[in-house]
Amino acid sequence: MLFSADDLNAIGLTLKLASLTTLLLLLLATPLAWWLARTASRWRAPVGALVALPLVLPPTVLGFYLLVLLGPQGWVGRLTQALGLGTLPFSFGGLLAGSLVYSLPFAVQPLQHAFEAIGPRPLEVAATLRARPLDAFLTVVLPLARPGFVTAALLSFAHTVGEFGVVLMIGGNIPGQTRVVSTQIYGHVEALEYAQAHWLAAAMVLFSFVALLGLTRLNRRSARVLP
Amino acid sequence: MNAAPHRIRLALTRPAFQLSVDLTLPARGITVLFGPSGSGKTTVLRCVAGLERAGQALVRIAGEVWQDEAQRVFLPTWRRPLGYVFQEASLFEHLDVRGNLAYGLRRADPGAPALALDAVVELLGIGALMARRPHQLSGGERQRVAIARALATRPRLLLLDEPLASLDQARRQDILPWLERLRDELRVPMLYVTHAADEVARLADTLVVLDQGRVVAAGPVAEVLADVRTPVVLGEDAGALLEGTVAERDARWHLARVAFAGGHLWLRDSGLALGQRVRLRVLARDVSLATAPARHTSIQNLLPGTVQAIAAGAHPSQALVRVALGESVLLARVTARAVDALRLAPGTPVWAQVKTVALVG
Repeated sequence: MLFSADDLNAIGLTLKLASLTTLLLLLLATPLAWWLARTASRWRAPVGALVALPLVLPPTVLGFYLLVLLGPQGWVGRLTQALGLGTLPFSFGGLLAGSLVYSLPFAVQPLQHAFEAIGPRPLEVAATLRARPLDAFLTVVLPLARPGFVTAALLSFAHTVGEFGVVLMIGGNIPGQTRVVSTQIYGHVEALEYAQAHWLAAAMVLFSFVALLGLTRLNRRSARVLP
Repeated sequence: MNAAPHRIRLALTRPAFQLSVDLTLPARGITVLFGPSGSGKTTVLRCVAGLERAGQALVRIAGEVWQDEAQRVFLPTWRRPLGYVFQEASLFEHLDVRGNLAYGLRRADPGAPALALDAVVELLGIGALMARRPHQLSGGERQRVAIARALATRPRLLLLDEPLASLDQARRQDILPWLERLRDELRVPMLYVTHAADEVARLADTLVVLDQGRVVAAGPVAEVLADVRTPVVLGEDAGALLEGTVAERDARWHLARVAFAGGHLWLRDSGLALGQRVRLRVLARDVSLATAPARHTSIQNLLPGTVQAIAAGAHPSQALVRVALGESVLLARVTARAVDALRLAPGTPVWAQVKTVALVG
């Protein structure tokens, strides 16, 4: 057997986390990217910089602040407790919250670039053809921005699969609950189980390569990964 | 059908640009908005469509209020029963030609009189292109599809923003006859923006001349073109437009005689039918004047008339003379010195010598 039961658990949890993160991010990032692409507001630059922060911050910094924010004394933590949800750190929910923040720029930026490239003209055309704004967005903008959505989804998924620092900070490393592939590999190495670590690590390399290959194939126009 | 006239009153201030127009236009035929670039004609069109919002505006189309800022009424573009043809290719790249047409058709105003899209498709000659993608079409084909798509929504007003500007001369000559057929056969009123004088001559029923955000002249095309104040904008293309019928064909010399109110002109016979209604364009630079009928001249068209008005031409050496021929009017561009030597003044009887006549439709 290549993978132990723990390994399989970690793989399953990783896939679940990445799928949910991708799904939620596409829902969140679409209106945010649309706003960033179209607004003339003076808040555009600060919000854009805020969204891009996870690209440059060490994951430990993000994880630390999320821990403080979501913890029993943090204001989000107080809110979740008041709502009877308990606290999020060291649970799958906390992991999901961390992944959403950590991968946000990987969803927003490709979408924003796609929306900017489309420009205002197709929407004007749709309006002159009697399409309401939402109708026009769904029938014109979404299909035209398809490559942007493919890029955003694949990058969000792959980036979530590859996260380590944030997971460790906010999730702990609880088997079956918050132990994902990257922390499982770390555990194997700590325990000097190099063979186990190898299998998982190689699987990650293969997965990442196939994901990026698929991305460039789907968006035939350019061989670049980032937009 | 006698629909209420369109009323378009707009005032708009932008950095380095001011627009102020107040137009009452007939709700039928083609109204051409003509002017140099930067004169505000596209802005007028975008305001009528609701793509831009003028601060002070009244847009009433065939009796229906689309915008009245005094009453805080502003219909968004998608609620205005209009069709819009943009200057450059605006077809949806993710749909084929059929999909583009269907997009407009599905959202057509159900209350509007039915329009046979099949007939439009045939009229515009795009039946064979249905399965093509926009990038597989030529520029002229794209604009024809865009026109058909705009018509598919059954608009009560068709707005065209320099639909031929992105095409080369040959393609423009290809597509102009399609537009004339639309005008003659569909009876959808159009507001047509252009800076090309030949499109004015061929298509316009009503002409609005804009310059620097203001209306310089507006009215029936023949009247506006024969107005001596307009040529400042038209420059080299200043000239009169005459409507007439083919009265005679001379097979020996391959000439046709066109009679109009106030005289007749001989022109090259390009296969015209007797009794056919035609539109003639006589450029001011092709008309000279004489105070006595010239005898030994190669000019075949000599028309007696009376000077109505004289205005300065585009260059200080030139003058534009408006000559009344019965109910019709010609423009002649002569030198200011000739005006002085011949003692031309309003009321002077003259002979207009017409060198070239163009058949424009």
